[in-house]
Amino acid sequence: MIKEICQKYAPRKDNLIQILHEIQDQDPQHYISPEAVDTVAEYLDIPVNHIYGVLTFYTMYSTKPRGKNIIRLCESPPCYIKGSDNMLRKLKVLLGINIGETTKDGLFTLEFTSCLGVCGNAPVMMINDDVYGDLTEEKVEEIIERIRGRR
Amino acid sequence: MAKTVNVFIDGHHLEVPETMTIIEAADKIGIYIPRLCYHPDLPPTGNCGVCVVEIAGNPTPKRACCTPVAEGMKIVTNSKKLRSYRKTVVEMILSNHDVTCPTCPANNKCELQSLANNLGVDSEALPNILVKTPADESSLSIIRDTNKCIGCGRCITVCNEVQTVYALTFAERGIDTHIDTAFSQGMANSPCVNCGQCTVYCPTGALHERSELDAVWEAILDPEKHVIVQEAPSIRVSLGEEFGMPLGSVTPKKMYAALRKIGFDSVMDTNFTADLTIMEEGTECVTKLKAGEKRPLITSCSPGWIKFMETYYPDLADCVSTAKSPMSMFGVLSKTYYAQEKGIDPAKIVSVAIMPCTAKKFEARRPELSDSGFQDTDYVLTTREFIRMIKEAGIDFANIPDEEPDEGMSFYTGAGTIFGATGGVMEAAIRSAYYLVTGTDLQNVDITAVRGLEGVKEASVDVPGFGKVNVAVAHGLSNARKVLDRVREGLATKGESPWHFIEIMACPGGCVGGGGQPYGNDIASRARRGLALYEEDRNLPVRMSHHNPEVLKVYEKFLGEPNSKLALKLLHTHYFKRSVFNGQVTAEITHKHG
Repeated sequence: MIKEICQKYAPRKDNLIQILHEIQDQDPQHYISPEAVDTVAEYLDIPVNHIYGVLTFYTMYSTKPRGKNIIRLCESPPCYIKGSDNMLRKLKVLLGINIGETTKDGLFTLEFTSCLGVCGNAPVMMINDDVYGDLTEEKVEEIIERIRGRR
Repeated sequence: MAKTVNVFIDGHHLEVPETMTIIEAADKIGIYIPRLCYHPDLPPTGNCGVCVVEIAGNPTPKRACCTPVAEGMKIVTNSKKLRSYRKTVVEMILSNHDVTCPTCPANNKCELQSLANNLGVDSEALPNILVKTPADESSLSIIRDTNKCIGCGRCITVCNEVQTVYALTFAERGIDTHIDTAFSQGMANSPCVNCGQCTVYCPTGALHERSELDAVWEAILDPEKHVIVQEAPSIRVSLGEEFGMPLGSVTPKKMYAALRKIGFDSVMDTNFTADLTIMEEGTECVTKLKAGEKRPLITSCSPGWIKFMETYYPDLADCVSTAKSPMSMFGVLSKTYYAQEKGIDPAKIVSVAIMPCTAKKFEARRPELSDSGFQDTDYVLTTREFIRMIKEAGIDFANIPDEEPDEGMSFYTGAGTIFGATGGVMEAAIRSAYYLVTGTDLQNVDITAVRGLEGVKEASVDVPGFGKVNVAVAHGLSNARKVLDRVREGLATKGESPWHFIEIMACPGGCVGGGGQPYGNDIASRARRGLALYEEDRNLPVRMSHHNPEVLKVYEKFLGEPNSKLALKLLHTHYFKRSVFNGQVTAEITHKHG
């Protein structure tokens, strides 16, 4: 599987970022495993430690298994001024986890993100590829419950 | 000749090549700009910001380590502003540092400690915000104490660029940036070859050897144990400098005296088994030459190189000499030949090795190195640990009267002693291989083409009755790659290696520059220690391994002849293939003789 993804790209070092993205996107747990890195390292002839440096430098990559839905709450100042810390508290209570953790049922992972560029709708969060703006505690609860119901 | 430019440093005019950095230019005229992450042996990274200088026309100070000189540049290295900047940087580093200087292995050798002291920094100017994390103690050779790490990145530079081992990296970013192994698996589960060059270049006590000092003291103080000690060639030229003697002092007899005073029951010498190694490896080489072997023979003494080969060049494992290292040959003989000669139960023998090397600690624990039924070597102490031992025992090393070693496994030739410098094993092997092929001794035993600190050295030796023998010597693992890649290419395209015989040492400079050597182990001091070994060689009465009377005796009384059945059983080994990902053994690739 990992090898097939690699082979879509020429074995050039500048393809590393794209390959890692694709590996993470197709993984049901949205992460990049040590085994995957081993395969990519061999394919691109890049040392494993260098790939690990890249993986941990960019916050979009994860080296740990994550939940089905990744919640990224904006931690930039405009969202903070508009009350993102209340949203954070609400999310922690609703999910029973802290930042960087995954719920026991594997449904949610809670993370921070830097500015999403929609400050006009602060506070905002992203769940997977969708952006949710003008958040209130009620709205956060509703969104989470809706996703829970979808399962 | 590079173009030169005129610069003015603190009012001094000088003309320097335009490729120079400001810090190099200042060093040239003896102006010392305070520094922390910069090291003259390594490419600059500009990580710490201590070496800032003011340049006329620039609004903000610049880092002298990575700013090149330019025509007409006017540089100020000391001002009120610069002093304040430097102090602040060091105060911030200390605020996130485990400040436990008196008990730190790097105490009095720590570059952060002396910088803070020189700059008059108040260690409590800022509150300490360090969140302690456990040290990486996974490795048999090297401890990485992250709480002492200042993130200068020298270990990463030396590991990745000088040694091309790729064990350490920067992980995460911003305030979370730290040095780590891939997936935080620890040094033992990385491609780390234990060479210890990271411990040499670490400016603090964050990287140091796993100490076995307590266990050795315990054995010495146990009346039931018979503790036998060996010392590697490079040790005798690396001790004096720590005790106020000039760098490169040759002190084997003070070394023996100190060991005896510490309480070792039997004081022998690794140089003896260096000569023995030449007999075994030289015989192996001559057999290959005579058979017209197209694949080269590569030396096997350096344990950092061996693990590197197992990890990155397993396809060449069959080219590596099967001879054990001099340390392990000594170890196995201490529990067989020596035990028999002295009538001592080998179970009571504790075999201790004093090595310039951190990788020897890993070698000593290799399960396959136990051909006597006991582990060949029980404990390995680095030069640094041995120095601590001498100090703990209160020995005035510089003034201790000379003593001779014990007899049996201590006589050595000039060929044995030059093992400690890059090219030395090659030179020693040529001296004896010539004899083994022709039956006569070389007239001039100084083979200067393989001496010195050039990364890859080549020579061609005329051996009557055989022809030209082509040899290569590489030290430092990035240089080893250059040689090995050409061997691979030669074998693939022409079916033969460009060289018959190759010496590889993991550490730049060879063992004199080993990862266990005294702090301040830079290229310049490695060169000086190497010269000291050649000086000792020149002054020794016997300079060829095959004339070592104790070596001849061990063959006569015990082993038979070089590469005999017993010699192959006790003095030779085999190799494994290892994962590039985590350094673990994946398969046995060569097999034990017999």
